[in-house]
Amino acid sequence: MFRVVRKREWHPTITELWVEAPRVARKYRPGQFVIVRVDEKGERVPLTVVDANREEGTVRLLFQKVGKSTFHLSLLNPGDAIADVVGPMGRPTHIEDFGTVVCVGGGVGVGPLYPIAKGMKGAGNRLISIIGARTKELLILEDEMRAISDELIVTTDDGSYGMHGFVTDALKQVLDRDEKVDMAVAIGPAIMMKFVARTAEPYKVPLIVSLNSIMVDATGMCGACRVSVGGTTRFVCVDGPEFDGYQVDYDLLIKRQQMYLDKEKEALERFKRQHPEAFQGVC
Amino acid sequence: MAEEKRPRKGLNLNRVDMPRQDPKERIKNFNEVALGYTEEMAIAEAERCLQCKRPVCIDGCPAEVKIPEFIKLVTEGKFVEASRKIKETNALPAVCGRVCPQEEQCEILCVLHKKGAPVAIGRLERFVADYEARVGAVEIPELPPSTGKRVAVVGSGPAGLTVAADLALMGHEVVIFEALHKPGGVLVYGIPEFRLPKSIVQREVDYIQKLGVKLYCDVVIGKTFTIDDLLNEEGFDAVFLGLGAGLPWFLNIPGENLNGVYSANEFLTRNNLMKAYLFPEYDTPIKVGKKVAVIGGGNVAMDAVRTSLRLGAEEAHIVYRRSRVEMPAREEEIENAEAEGVIFDFLVNPVEILGDENGWVKAMKCIRMELGEPDESGRRRPLPIEGSEFIMEVDTVVVAIGTGANPLVPSTTPDMETNKWGYIVADPETCKTTKRGVFAGGDIIRGSATVILAVGDGKKAARAIDQYLRTGEW
Ligand SMILES: Cc1cc2nc3c(=O)[nH]c(=O)nc-3n(C[C@H](O)[C@H](O)[C@H](O)COP(=O)(O)OP(=O)(O)OC[C@H]3O[C@@H](n4cnc5c(N)ncnc54)[C@H](O)[C@@H]3O)c2cc1C
Ligand code: SF4
Ligand code: FES
Repeated sequence: MFRVVRKREWHPTITELWVEAPRVARKYRPGQFVIVRVDEKGERVPLTVVDANREEGTVRLLFQKVGKSTFHLSLLNPGDAIADVVGPMGRPTHIEDFGTVVCVGGGVGVGPLYPIAKGMKGAGNRLISIIGARTKELLILEDEMRAISDELIVTTDDGSYGMHGFVTDALKQVLDRDEKVDMAVAIGPAIMMKFVARTAEPYKVPLIVSLNSIMVDATGMCGACRVSVGGTTRFVCVDGPEFDGYQVDYDLLIKRQQMYLDKEKEALERFKRQHPEAFQGVC
Repeated sequence: MAEEKRPRKGLNLNRVDMPRQDPKERIKNFNEVALGYTEEMAIAEAERCLQCKRPVCIDGCPAEVKIPEFIKLVTEGKFVEASRKIKETNALPAVCGRVCPQEEQCEILCVLHKKGAPVAIGRLERFVADYEARVGAVEIPELPPSTGKRVAVVGSGPAGLTVAADLALMGHEVVIFEALHKPGGVLVYGIPEFRLPKSIVQREVDYIQKLGVKLYCDVVIGKTFTIDDLLNEEGFDAVFLGLGAGLPWFLNIPGENLNGVYSANEFLTRNNLMKAYLFPEYDTPIKVGKKVAVIGGGNVAMDAVRTSLRLGAEEAHIVYRRSRVEMPAREEEIENAEAEGVIFDFLVNPVEILGDENGWVKAMKCIRMELGEPDESGRRRPLPIEGSEFIMEVDTVVVAIGTGANPLVPSTTPDMETNKWGYIVADPETCKTTKRGVFAGGDIIRGSATVILAVGDGKKAARAIDQYLRTGEW
């Protein structure tokens, strides 16, 4: 059993949990994720790890409530237990001193981006961070990102905070400057990563993206997570989650992410009837 | 029913049939298809055994089960004793009685096989194991004093479970690490409930835990710990790798990543391990359309196609590039599939999967095949017939063409050798790998094989590990 030790509600649709998982905490490196199963009847969902505290033996999870599993998880309080937390899965990010690195995060993608950005900074890079959200209330980890970045640009789609526009607009501005960028990392919704790739391509900046496909086992046993990268089928759980941002077939990824939309809706509606309290403040 | 022939006095060739659920009924549920013998049936079948002086049946059993001895106990009505007799050499009788290919192991060698009616050894094995469990007589043998040695077993499939049980019985401390949240390996994630009820696997796991074996699920070796972590920081004296061969192969044809295309592993795991057939009570969904095509001709393909019927498919096809005789699946499973209404498309090979505008499967482009000269496997090689392409409308495709070795452990254990297919190199007699203190057995050293071969490896490995722990000699 994996006990929740701390909880923070960032927004009615965004929850952060610190969970006891000492074995995972000890091995975790930026870029990796865990598989979480909320209870005996739960599905196995991948969640990126935002941080780990080795002394305390805990990992920090930050997730958006989108389906039954994440709404269910958000109901847990300190002292409650999660049936399974497995990991750390996936390959860690390749971190080294590249020179100048731009880290781009959209929505809850800022969660997994944070440890990578921190690692990049720690390795000696000049770090420019761009984080964005639909609107001010959905912005997460701003202070922590600011603390590690040489420069932080915040965007909101609706202009309620920071720069009015998308992260890609900010990225273009940065790339248009007279400063050499040696590496870019982007994490967020698939559609955002697709447009980040489109924006960065003309500047020939190497780009790494972290993919969030549907998974079951996350050990390379089922192929549920497969994506096409450079025309070859790869498994996100063991070959990724990070890939060359210019080689990923984002349209395929988006379609595969939608494979169970109707079933997910059915499960969510059912959960809503059973646990209306989980949906307070959610429109 | 039993065959009515008695050619020679003293020879009873009336093999007792085992009752099964009616095909029309059983395709509507996930309950076990075979219902097992009654006590009377078991005794009647056991009495057919000739108690050969030189029991050739045993030669066919990788676990060296004392077949005539346990059968004799059945004739005497001593079912519990019979089960214990089997357990002297095979810790998993209820499982093996159900899924072993007895028809090509012990039963094919039985002297009555030549007369067309071998003793139904598998059915008897299953009966006595179930009987013992039903009357609650499962006994924990007395354990020898602790040797103070610790062994880590990676993977809880039949290989891992067997090695763990045997080492515990030798007085060693055993810890199993399993990547998934439930123990059992293919027995829980692959083989469906209707062929092997999960409660039976759990029973075997419970037994092994009662022997003092510790079991930690949710630990992925290669990620949570490496092999060297186990041998150094975690203080294990030896490691056994029973990782299975769980990496699914795809056909590498266009359209394979469309929605509605599954590997057999995913399809079966969603259903068996995650219980998608109970969605939405269980959270994991599965998508089965009206017309399902399962590609392949092995046991895995049969399990997938029969699962799809139970999930509501109106038409379920096996698409296989050779003909019926070359199919590697057990005869019994092919017959079960036929009885349930599965349609077999032989000598057909898919060349492309076609999708609709939303990225869902809508059809398969296939080509007809003919059989040419035999290949390395001895089976006649299938060759495409030019110009014979046709379109088969389907909305779900399950690819069941085999699996390979998962690189998670080998890639994090550079000083352990693998062969050109990625399987771990191990001595066939001792299961020793090329890394000191590390042993491996089951599918990860053989490629996809059988439960009983994994059990056999577990037994050999346990003896070799015991030897190593006692002498320190590698
Ligand atoms: C659908 C299907 C039907 C089959 N039907 C039959 C049949 O009827 N009869 C028969 O004899 N055989 C059958 N087989 C084959 C048989 O199941 C296998 O040969 C057998 O299970 C192999 O046993 P194993 O112990 O080597 O590995 P597995 O049963 O594959 O178990 C391996 C275990 O190790 C775990 N593992 C893997 N990597 C790691 C890691 N890095 N860290 C921790 N744990 C790990 C896995 O999660 C798994 O639980 C079937 C196989 C399938 C897939
Ligand atoms: S070979 Fe057949 S008849 Fe002879 S002992 Fe074995 S099971 Fe009995
Ligand atoms: S999630 Fe099963 S192989 Fe990646």
